[in-house]
Amino acid sequence: MEKREIKIALTGNPNVGKTTLFNALTGSRQHVGNWPGVTVEKKSGRISYKEYDIEVIDLPGTYSLTAYSMDEIVARDFIIEEKPDLVIQVVDASNLERNLYLTTQLMELGSQMLIVLNMCDIAEERGDRIYIDKMQELLATPVITTVATQKKGICDLLDKVIEQKQIEQHHGHEIGYGNEIEEKILEIEKVLSEDETRDKRYPLRWVSIRLLEGDSNVRQKISDSPVYERAMAIIDSIDQEEYEAEIADKRYLAINTVFPQMCTRANDTLTKSDMIDRVLTNKYLGIPIFLALMWGAFELTFAFATPFMDMIDIAATWFADYVSSSLHPDWLASLVGDGIIGGVGAVLVFVPNIFILFFLLSLLEGSGYLARAAFIMDKLMYKIGMHGKSFIPMLMGFGCNVPAIMAARSIEDDKDRLITILIVPFVSCGARLPIYVLFAGTFFGRQAGTVIFAMYILGILIAIISAKLLRGTVVKGKPAPFIMELPPYRVPTFKTSVIHMWDNGFMYIKKAGSIILVGVVVIWIMASFPWGVEYGSEASYVGSLGHAVEPLLKPLGFDWKISVALIFGLVAKEIVVASMGVLYGAGDNSEALSERLLADPGITALSSLSLMAFSLLYMPCVATVGVIKKETGSWKWTMFAIIYGVLVAWITAFIIYQGGRLLGY
Amino acid sequence: MVDIQETTLDTLEPGEKARITKVRVKGAARRKLFDMGMVAGADIELVRNAPLGDPMDYRIKGYHLSIRKEEASQIFINKL
Repeated sequence: MEKREIKIALTGNPNVGKTTLFNALTGSRQHVGNWPGVTVEKKSGRISYKEYDIEVIDLPGTYSLTAYSMDEIVARDFIIEEKPDLVIQVVDASNLERNLYLTTQLMELGSQMLIVLNMCDIAEERGDRIYIDKMQELLATPVITTVATQKKGICDLLDKVIEQKQIEQHHGHEIGYGNEIEEKILEIEKVLSEDETRDKRYPLRWVSIRLLEGDSNVRQKISDSPVYERAMAIIDSIDQEEYEAEIADKRYLAINTVFPQMCTRANDTLTKSDMIDRVLTNKYLGIPIFLALMWGAFELTFAFATPFMDMIDIAATWFADYVSSSLHPDWLASLVGDGIIGGVGAVLVFVPNIFILFFLLSLLEGSGYLARAAFIMDKLMYKIGMHGKSFIPMLMGFGCNVPAIMAARSIEDDKDRLITILIVPFVSCGARLPIYVLFAGTFFGRQAGTVIFAMYILGILIAIISAKLLRGTVVKGKPAPFIMELPPYRVPTFKTSVIHMWDNGFMYIKKAGSIILVGVVVIWIMASFPWGVEYGSEASYVGSLGHAVEPLLKPLGFDWKISVALIFGLVAKEIVVASMGVLYGAGDNSEALSERLLADPGITALSSLSLMAFSLLYMPCVATVGVIKKETGSWKWTMFAIIYGVLVAWITAFIIYQGGRLLGY
Repeated sequence: MVDIQETTLDTLEPGEKARITKVRVKGAARRKLFDMGMVAGADIELVRNAPLGDPMDYRIKGYHLSIRKEEASQIFINKL
């Protein structure tokens, strides 16, 4: 028998256990992608239950359905335009009042609803009592209780979904906004209804209320309408800020009239979560604990991943050698070995980092600490024109820019997130260290440590200056206001963290991987052709390019050899060292390379300093370029990151080299 | 009647409670604050400052909400 289809959408506030419920419902049958046209993550999954095939779409977690963020627009557009059979709101039973605010908005969308009361265990433990029958009656919506972390109530929920599907009834439940506002709503409804070509999926009352609240997204949606001007005339006649306040007031008033009837809350006793916060956000202990946790997360991400990365590296090298030695002719062996396998290796080498980082981030988020991290760092970050949430991505940047840029996903505001993505590449990652070690070690002797430290500081300074500069120019505006829930501490679920890790790991391989692979192959072609030249030598295209750009880099103190090494550095910055080895005929022997560098009159202590600064700042490596493209979803911003980086690097190196010469070095 | 003095939210001391009278924050933050329950008539308590002094951790409608002093100074309250 053909199974019957049901489409349900999962909504709810952040931190209510929506993801845990989604995972409990769909298990491993999930599909992760992006909503069309935006970088908001879309998750969906399927369940086969009884004679039904149920498709679950996990909408972004939101507090509201205003147009405050892309998440909210995505969620409401889906509900209105795709018309799922049932909209399920996951509600945190221990935080009912605020959760009901979203309920009021979902009801206005006119969809059939079901409320899942999650975390009843926590509410009960605290001594809250919720009267389910009364709640169903007052909200005119079925209510199911679950404890998603223990998979309790899942079958009840599915049975109810099927039951609701069979009823197919519609219960409108409207909030009254008082005479004055209601009149305006009617007035706008009347004007809008005259337009026969309007998108009828959008309820007129809802559109009218949204317009009165000053929703620019809805305003834009009707901007082509012939009645647009007339509708706007009504909007312009009111004190819009007052209306906005009044409408929100009325919604909470509606909640306040029903809320005491369905729930009695225990007295505000000190919860476990409050006690934990007394320590973790303590005036004196908060920062040391924060730094210790961050250090731990950093060490785990990068130190723990190193053996795995080495293994991938060794395996890729071995495999490349094996393939090269068994393939003929030589050019094919080299293409497959050095080019393609090398390229795949370059993609895979970041996987351990990304997996561990996302596992840890998910633990931090699930536990509630991620919000505290932003809370603790916000003042400092705000001073440099950033948001508290930008701190963790920037910190991770010291390990590797690739997972760091992906970690910026936790920043909701698009501008804050974009700036973070654009400045992370200036944070000196681990791959740049070998360059500093070689040149500082060769030219600065006992001062090498100081020079290396200065490079790290330079990176941070350039990142801060860039943040300020971008705020004043291409990404105008102040950092987003810090209005953030500090959710109760909870024990994170292992399964959720593992799923989060897999999803992000594979998204990286799929999306960024292709760009990285292409980048590596292009560099291979340039280093190997015209056919017959030694790989990466002066006679190759890379060599020619090195000569071609030499005049541009001359003022920085670089000759063609350094130019070639820098071109190779685009693949991964540590390759600068290896290609210097090739160009100086020293191979892997770093001592021999040091000696030959010292013997080369073309490179001095000053030009090596300029080179270190340039290597730090110039265009991000291809892997970073790949994730910038993936995370911003825009070639424009990706090109901007590249060009801006090169410009900053050139100017900084120019100042160092020419300034040093003026000072007589 | 006791004389109730209107002041702003950023002047609360940890542990002090108040009732919101007016939200004068502008722009996108205004709606977000409403969405989070910062409406006139709501009761609010300052739990603590962040370790560096800003932002603040408030309890409102039974949960913890953190906002900066900058926004808090544009929210008017009556201390309870």
